[in-house]
Amino acid sequence: MLSTLYAVLFYVATVILIVGTGMKVARYARTPAPLKIPVSPAPRTKRGVWFRMFREVAFFQSLFKSNKWIWIFAVLFHFGMLLVLLRHLRYFTQPVWWWVDLIQPIGVYASFAMLAGLGGLLLRRIVVPRIRYISNPSDYLMLALFLGIVISGMGMKFLMPVDILAVKQFFLGLMRFQINELPAQPGVLIHLGLVAILMIIFPISKLLHAPGVFFAPSRTQVDNAREFRHLSAWASQLPPLPEGIPEPEEGK
Amino acid sequence: MAPLDKNADEAPKVVGDPFEIPQLECGAMADTHTFEAAPEHNEPLGFPGELLDNWQEVAIAKMGELAEKNRAFQVYLDACVKCGACTDKCHYFLGTGDPKNMPVARQDLLRSVYRRYYTFAGKYFPWLVGARDLTKEVLDEWYTYYHQCSQCRRCSVACPYGIDTAEISMAAREILDTVGVGQKYCNEIIAKLKKTGNNLGLNPKALRATLEDLEEDLEDETGIPVKLPLDVKGADILLITPSADFFAEPHIDGLLGYAKVFHAAGVSWTMSSYASEAANFGMFIGSYENMREVSWRIRQAAKDLGVKRIVFGECGHAWRVGYSFLNTLAGPFDFLDQNYPIPQHIMEFTSDAIDDGILKIDKSKNDEFIMTYHDSCDVARGSSMGRKEGGQFDLPRKVLKAVCNHFYDMDQDTIRENTFCCGGGGGLLTDDLMDLRIKGAKPRMTALQQVTTDYGVNKMAAICAICKTQFSKVMPKYGYDMDDIMSVHQLVANAVILDGQDAEEEQDAPEAAAEEEK
Ligand code: HEM
Ligand code: SF4
Ligand code: SF4
Repeated sequence: MLSTLYAVLFYVATVILIVGTGMKVARYARTPAPLKIPVSPAPRTKRGVWFRMFREVAFFQSLFKSNKWIWIFAVLFHFGMLLVLLRHLRYFTQPVWWWVDLIQPIGVYASFAMLAGLGGLLLRRIVVPRIRYISNPSDYLMLALFLGIVISGMGMKFLMPVDILAVKQFFLGLMRFQINELPAQPGVLIHLGLVAILMIIFPISKLLHAPGVFFAPSRTQVDNAREFRHLSAWASQLPPLPEGIPEPEEGK
Repeated sequence: MAPLDKNADEAPKVVGDPFEIPQLECGAMADTHTFEAAPEHNEPLGFPGELLDNWQEVAIAKMGELAEKNRAFQVYLDACVKCGACTDKCHYFLGTGDPKNMPVARQDLLRSVYRRYYTFAGKYFPWLVGARDLTKEVLDEWYTYYHQCSQCRRCSVACPYGIDTAEISMAAREILDTVGVGQKYCNEIIAKLKKTGNNLGLNPKALRATLEDLEEDLEDETGIPVKLPLDVKGADILLITPSADFFAEPHIDGLLGYAKVFHAAGVSWTMSSYASEAANFGMFIGSYENMREVSWRIRQAAKDLGVKRIVFGECGHAWRVGYSFLNTLAGPFDFLDQNYPIPQHIMEFTSDAIDDGILKIDKSKNDEFIMTYHDSCDVARGSSMGRKEGGQFDLPRKVLKAVCNHFYDMDQDTIRENTFCCGGGGGLLTDDLMDLRIKGAKPRMTALQQVTTDYGVNKMAAICAICKTQFSKVMPKYGYDMDDIMSVHQLVANAVILDGQDAEEEQDAPEAAAEEEK
């Protein structure tokens, strides 16, 4: 019963995550940018833009320049999360890929980095008046959700070990459209429940910053407006303006 | 008006740290409300004269339209994670302490409404994501705070996703215009430009007379008939310059500088009475159509005069429109000489002339000035110059250093792409916002005071008509004189020695000529 419930939950969540985010991305991609608005100094070539975006995504370059504290916490959180996610691949692959095995040891500590990052971000949100001012309930809840996922995950790892092989069987089963028994341990149920919520809210929340960063014209446009004429589809449909200079009016 | 004036007089003379973060002071600037446009200002721009009866419906529909038509608007409204990195980057926040002048809070004024009507979370869980209905109070709040943003993009540089509050503020102003709530300053000026070709409403006759007077001054100063040609068909270069260059100090001295450089380079050039304005306030109000119409005049003037090149004078947002938008709005410029950038900045022209050894320069003419340079926002963050990335920072400095012996930069985090706005950009250069302008200038003024203390800097140069006007108004509030702001080409004009110019006679002439122009 519980297994079926979680199975359905994960199917639904996966569909929402993929279809919802895909639709958002398609919309971003479809929406034209009527003007060239790269924030300069901007690269003058496509390659330069790729490099710029790489620095933004891999190092959070702009954030580094603008706020060291947020940067530190953001890096701890995101790169911790990246490692943790990669480590989680072991629950979806059989046999486990060799490089996933390789990162297991660091992956375990990455959760501490995530925790530190999230804690720092939450603390800033509460303590710094400027950030408290701009925070909505959803911003705190988002951090709480991640903290819940991380803490329940760490709990299973370090405090109350669960039958992880059975959990793996459950997910391998889902990938073959069969429902295996999910161990009904609180840690497992909380952790997985929160993850499913995360997947569901991804396309309707600020988590859209992950795809969004690749569509921000201020960063992704090439600075070549003088060399190449940039014209959006709707702007090319505007009625033409009159040619020529009107005669000056009398008496002016 | 009374409280504004009172505050203006109280502005601090000595301030310490340009980055000092103020205490949050909610509502500090809530009553600073720039004058609204009258119907005769709105209508020529294609906007309703007064607030529409069904304004709410129209505004919400416009918001949806903008999300469809402008990727920046849509992505920026979705992507913000409220990290707070931008919160201390706005000069208006640093100067006023009003939290709604923090860039993300400024965006949220509109984002909260967008969420309410266009997102799942905002429709069903408004309290959770801070979504709110569009009421008249909200509309008024938009008007107030989107006219406290100079669209300088300093916040965009700081944001991990490049979220550009200037785009949101332009969109907000366009929505406001669409429902009939325009700003007097911008809309009146655009209407004037559409009638006369420039922001001042200067007609061709008056313009010609002004230029002839200036030619006389130039000849008195140099003994050489340096021309300021107007409407000369068949000239090679069309100069598009802000109309402030025709009548205000220190702008005029910049114009004389361009004239001397063109003269020394031996090129034929002209200005146009039809397109006698580089400024394009269509950008400030976020109106593609109006911006296009204003730009279109430049194309027509260039065609009519049969020029081969277009060169822009010293004007910040005009250069953003020129460099980044002109080709889009009024191109393609296939009738111009493709061997030169279209358009070109006067700084690029002068820089090339220096490289080619065309200009004879006596740097000692500027020895009394210990200079620094203010990067204007739209030049720094919305355009470029020259052949290399970052040319918009390097070329003006190179030219300055070529004509002055004493040059010192201000704090690195207040120049180049991190430059602080003068406090008067983005359509806020109006006396009814003087209080805001003085407060918004604080970070820049503080950074200037630092180099004055450290190196004895006594003059600041800029290449933007708005910056120059703003500084000549606010610098006195911070312990400087109104003429401590200079045009870069004013310094060029001082140092350039024209062929045949009598070396003896012009020894002390430049200052004398500058005095006379007042
Ligand atoms: C292209 C990939 C991504 C980039 C470049 C990126 C970048 C950033 C940056 C720069 C911040 C602001 C600093 C901070 O508050 O931590 C941030 C915040 C955040 N990111 Fe990401 N991110 C990415 C992907 C993701 C993903 C996949 C998730 C989760 C599934 C995520 C979750 C979050 C959350 C929850 C915050 C808000 C933290 C807070 O409330 O302070 N990010 N991201
Ligand atoms: S664009 Fe400039 S004025 Fe506007 S919010 Fe950003 S920093 Fe402030
Ligand atoms: S820096 Fe960008 S993401 Fe962070 S709060 Fe400001 S606008 Fe939002």
